Amino acid sequence: MKVLVAVKRVIDYNVKVRVKSDCSDVDLANTKMALNPFCEIAVEEAIRLKEKGVATEVVVVSIGDKACQEQIRTALALGADRGIQVETDQAVDSLSVAKLLKAVVAEEQPQLVILGKQSIDSDNNQTGQMLAALTAMPQATFASELTVADGKATVTREVDGGLQTLELTLPAVVTTDLRLNEPRYASLPNIMKAKRKPLDVKTPDALGVALKNNVKTLKVEPPAERQGGIVVASVDELVEKLKNEAKVIG
Amino acid sequence: MTIERESMEFDVVIVGAGPAGLSTACRLAQLAQENDTELMICVVEKGSEVGAHILSGAVMEPRAMNELFPNWKELGAPLNTPVTEDQIFLLKDEHKGRQIPNALVPKTMHNEGNYIVSLGNVCRWLAEQAEQLGVEIFPGFAASEVLYHEDGSVKGIATGDMGISEAGEQKDSYMPGMELHAKYTIFSEGCRGHLGKELMQRFDLQSDADAQHYGIGIKELWDIPAEKSEPGLVLHGAGWPMSNDTTGGFFLYHTENNQAVVGLIIDLNYSNPHLSPFDEFQRLKHHPVLKQHLEGGKRVSYGARAITKGGFNALPKMTFPGGLVLGCNAGTLNFAKIKGTHTAMKSGMVAAESIFQALSSAEQQSGNQELTTFADNFKNSWLYDELYRSRNFGPAMHKFGAIMGGAFNFVDQNIFNGKLPLTLRDNSEDHAQLKLASEAPVIDYPKPDGVLSFDKLSSVFLSNTNHEEDQLCHLKLTDAQIPLGQNLTRFAEPAQRYCPAGVYEVVEDEEGAQRFQINSQNCLHCKTCDIKDPAQNITWVVPEGAGGPNYPNM
Ligand SMILES: Cc1cc2nc3c(=O)[nH]c(=O)nc-3n(C[C@H](O)[C@H](O)[C@H](O)COP(=O)(O)OP(=O)(O)OC[C@H]3O[C@@H](n4cnc5c(N)ncnc54)[C@H](O)[C@@H]3O)c2cc1C
Ligand code: SF4
Repeated sequence: MKVLVAVKRVIDYNVKVRVKSDCSDVDLANTKMALNPFCEIAVEEAIRLKEKGVATEVVVVSIGDKACQEQIRTALALGADRGIQVETDQAVDSLSVAKLLKAVVAEEQPQLVILGKQSIDSDNNQTGQMLAALTAMPQATFASELTVADGKATVTREVDGGLQTLELTLPAVVTTDLRLNEPRYASLPNIMKAKRKPLDVKTPDALGVALKNNVKTLKVEPPAERQGGIVVASVDELVEKLKNEAKVIG
Repeated sequence: MTIERESMEFDVVIVGAGPAGLSTACRLAQLAQENDTELMICVVEKGSEVGAHILSGAVMEPRAMNELFPNWKELGAPLNTPVTEDQIFLLKDEHKGRQIPNALVPKTMHNEGNYIVSLGNVCRWLAEQAEQLGVEIFPGFAASEVLYHEDGSVKGIATGDMGISEAGEQKDSYMPGMELHAKYTIFSEGCRGHLGKELMQRFDLQSDADAQHYGIGIKELWDIPAEKSEPGLVLHGAGWPMSNDTTGGFFLYHTENNQAVVGLIIDLNYSNPHLSPFDEFQRLKHHPVLKQHLEGGKRVSYGARAITKGGFNALPKMTFPGGLVLGCNAGTLNFAKIKGTHTAMKSGMVAAESIFQALSSAEQQSGNQELTTFADNFKNSWLYDELYRSRNFGPAMHKFGAIMGGAFNFVDQNIFNGKLPLTLRDNSEDHAQLKLASEAPVIDYPKPDGVLSFDKLSSVFLSNTNHEEDQLCHLKLTDAQIPLGQNLTRFAEPAQRYCPAGVYEVVEDEEGAQRFQINSQNCLHCKTCDIKDPAQNITWVVPEGAGGPNYPNM
């Protein structure tokens, strides 16, 4: 069984995000980038399926400019077998990503596609769902447990107030939640080996997808800065300030 | 404890992807390519990526770069901002400062032909060149241990285990460290490398040298209003806010993209245990000379790093059987210029040439021997000449100062530290200089205004430092009783103030009992505690790989 995992290059979760002074976007100059944590969990799950003998091949795909090859290599170092980069330096919205992935699915014919439930930069939480709709595959989002046997995937999902277990007929789309697994560290020999694993570069053109941006970012703003606190001398002063300055009591 | 670890064999293993380590790697790989041979070279770097732990000024002298990559411009090296103007100030008090006329500024402080760079970005670029030359670079892997052959020569290093809990137990994600064996192992960990420190002791490398001296550098990166930006402008100065017996100097450089860097270096032989380098730096920024450049701007990043500044007289022997210590780990910084990048690079290039020679000759092919040719090659290089000459720079300045009066005296004493080992043979250790807390004036630092000056926690936040929380503490106390038992009573536990990240705290519980708390996850890897603790009771060891700051272009 072949598993396809889609991964995204995002700002490292340790880095404090900074908004550009013209509020057009987040400033990514010289910042540390990393594999999206939910995608890392997706890669780990695919590798575990391979280690259990359920999957035979794990293919990772990422969409972006050349820099995202770094994240593909990270996934290869964790244990994926080969990589595909869909090269574009345009910003792509979720629907375009889903369409490109659909084209890759058509070529690769995986039995299972695993994605992160969302990327920590744009927090859209929709690519997996869109891909499932476009490919007419069954889907299970927010997976916290996954088993695959007899042409079926059994997925436990964390839902409000409890757990839900679904059974999907393969091929299917699964998106990962935080508790699905704890990804391993890549070892040095595996990082070296990853450099020699195959990595194909494809263009949206070659995949027959015309990129069209339906979503435009108008403005990105940092959260309002917290006002410094003040120390009041007495309860009377506090009441007075709450009344007349903060206007929270009448 | 015997651990079964996997091992890998290389010709050369390099610890630390700073200018010294990366220049060694690049030069070795170039030589291999020119001579049609293959060398297996690997670099391990504890930062999450190359450059993540690099913090420097930096005005860079391009001499070594010109030799290593004569076509660095075409290759796109990020030396984008030539220095256009040098200004040097003596700050008298919090309001007044005097600019030293240019004609009176000593030649070594002139920066024509030099570039203002982000050393982190220069290292990122050097790493790309090295990888293209076939070098394996492993960011996120810390060398935690030196490995020895039975005959005592260095065999290589081991990377740290990953996934060990605070209590010392293996977690799910446990991954044992790897042994990396090499014919020669290069220790280019920068100032006060923790493996370098072990090697200095084991091979007694410092026996013919004076005591090493250090400074702590604290730095911030600022976005400044476009109309204020003067790319290429370089400011240096000294004086206020430090008192006379505390030496150091500030820098403020205008870089590209409407950014400026500002920093303060304080010599770690300061004597007042109440001194807080962090707070000195915060109040310094309010001086009109600095404030005018920063006002209306916004702070982007913060960090700190110690520098090795003992110079020629304190330079240890750099070779031992099976390896070398290079760059600031040895102490190749030229203090007369306050520059250590080009010298660190050159030390790596000289080492690479010596190693390549040795590996090409039959008798040393196995390595594990002492690279005796290095000492001669080093002596014949401009690096030796430069460091040797700056040894005499101090006294020369002194004489000049006596004639020219106050202005020069300032330059000598505060920027060039005329009285440090460059002139006198100063064998006193930095950590032994503290006076008793009761005998030194308490310093009353102003509260930060949140505009120009800030508190420690919001500063550390901007360093993007992070350590996996559930891991062994990487700041080891030899004797857990010393912080409260000795340091607190005698020196008011100075770690609370010299640590630029607020890692060390003396806290009281409800009953009023005191406890020494180590917030190791805040650590910036500056190494100051390892240097300045008066009891030499703190040993900095590497945390899990990838932990520590994530500096952008610092
Ligand atoms: C505030 C400040 C301002 C400065 N200004 C200037 C200037 O204007 N001009 C100038 O030329 N120089 C300047 N310097 C000095 C210059 O930065 C240093 O001389 C230079 O960085 C030394 O290079 P290095 O390669 O020896 O060490 P470093 O640059 O310190 O690099 C060492 C590398 O090794 C890594 N490492 C350490 N230990 C391990 C381990 N055990 N395992 C794995 N990796 C490890 C570190 O993370 C780091 O990446 C300044 C320094 C400071 C602190
Ligand atoms: S704990 Fe030590 S090395 Fe870490 S930031 Fe503080 S002084 Fe520097």
